[in-house]
Amino acid sequence: MTKKNIKIAVASGKGGTGKTTISTNLARAIAKNRMAAQYLDCDVEEPNGHIFLKPEIQKSKAITIDVPEVDSNKCSGCGKCSDICQYNAIVSLKKIVMTFDQLCHSCGGCKLVCPTSAITDKAKEIGFVDIGVAKEIGFAQGRLNIGDIHTPPLIKQVKKAASSDSVIVIDAPPGTSCPVIEAIKDSDFVVLVTEPTPFGLNDLKLAVGMVRQLQLPFAVVINRSDAGDNEILRYCSKEKIDVALEIRDDIKIAKAYSRGEMIVDVLPNYEDGFTDLFDYIDKNIQLQEKS
Amino acid sequence: MKVAVTAQGKDLASEIDLRFGRAKYLLVVDTDSNEFEVCDNTVNLNAAQGAGIQTGMNIANLDVEAVITGNVGPNAFKTLDAAKVKIFLAKKCSVQEAIDKMKSGELSEIDNANVEGHWV
Repeated sequence: MTKKNIKIAVASGKGGTGKTTISTNLARAIAKNRMAAQYLDCDVEEPNGHIFLKPEIQKSKAITIDVPEVDSNKCSGCGKCSDICQYNAIVSLKKIVMTFDQLCHSCGGCKLVCPTSAITDKAKEIGFVDIGVAKEIGFAQGRLNIGDIHTPPLIKQVKKAASSDSVIVIDAPPGTSCPVIEAIKDSDFVVLVTEPTPFGLNDLKLAVGMVRQLQLPFAVVINRSDAGDNEILRYCSKEKIDVALEIRDDIKIAKAYSRGEMIVDVLPNYEDGFTDLFDYIDKNIQLQEKS
Repeated sequence: MKVAVTAQGKDLASEIDLRFGRAKYLLVVDTDSNEFEVCDNTVNLNAAQGAGIQTGMNIANLDVEAVITGNVGPNAFKTLDAAKVKIFLAKKCSVQEAIDKMKSGELSEIDNANVEGHWV
């Protein structure tokens, strides 16, 4: 039996390989042909799934994190707060204590060790979570405030918008660092999107290292598959990694993309590919649950 | 007066470190006697973030009147400013040359960061 709320994360080492193209079309194909689906845009530094899905936003919520605020009248200047901070976000210069909100990871350590209770929490807005619907699928996205760097805590909030009775498709940020880990870590399956170029291969290797470290099941999707060389296929075969879907370099896709249109809407002959991708993932998850 | 100089080595002949936060050593020089002490700053060389802030705090704790370095970003400036440490900028030269230039008034004191911050 297919579980209703499986989580599929779409990631990539390299940027611009087609994470949003794959994740938006996958979510749409699942909802049209299989079961309820929800798309979560966790690429909160530059969310762009909305360009293609054109959702109707029903609710927008400001997201805040706690950062320390110091009452200088209560501060004894002991410096314990600055000693415990691993991120150099709070500095004690005898009686002057300075805080650097952008460096703070909201661990609360400074507040705990302060012997005079001079430190309290202050809410700092880092961005927004928008929740809505896009035709037949659920939609949520995070928008990090410009200039802010608190990407992982905002991604965590986007994931809290996940519906319990839909397949969740997570559009992850590029790269292999903290924001990506936050986006994919509790997924049932990861799709790694790449392109057949030396850059695509180099960054795919990094992404494979990341998902193996996290012990997550995964497969590769090659976008613009006939545009470059065969090195991705060679690498995947050597590493025994499944290539679950190849999408060829089709100018019709590029044209649709440039107009903000979905592949499954304007080029229906590609729809089966996305539905098959879901069936492949679904089968894979079921097999793993059995073993 | 006591001046801290960001340095790549442990003596007055070594080159100054143009990077403030990630300087390997801080040389605390008495400009009257030319005697100096070496403070190791390598912890910050490898800091994930906030190296300028931490180095600024180290310098504040050295009770110096001024610091000579190559570049100072916004967070380091904020820390040094709060600690009332004057900041003088120097170009590539030895620690001794930097001290001499400061004494002869050739180094300019800054009242703001001279480079942008970098978060990661």
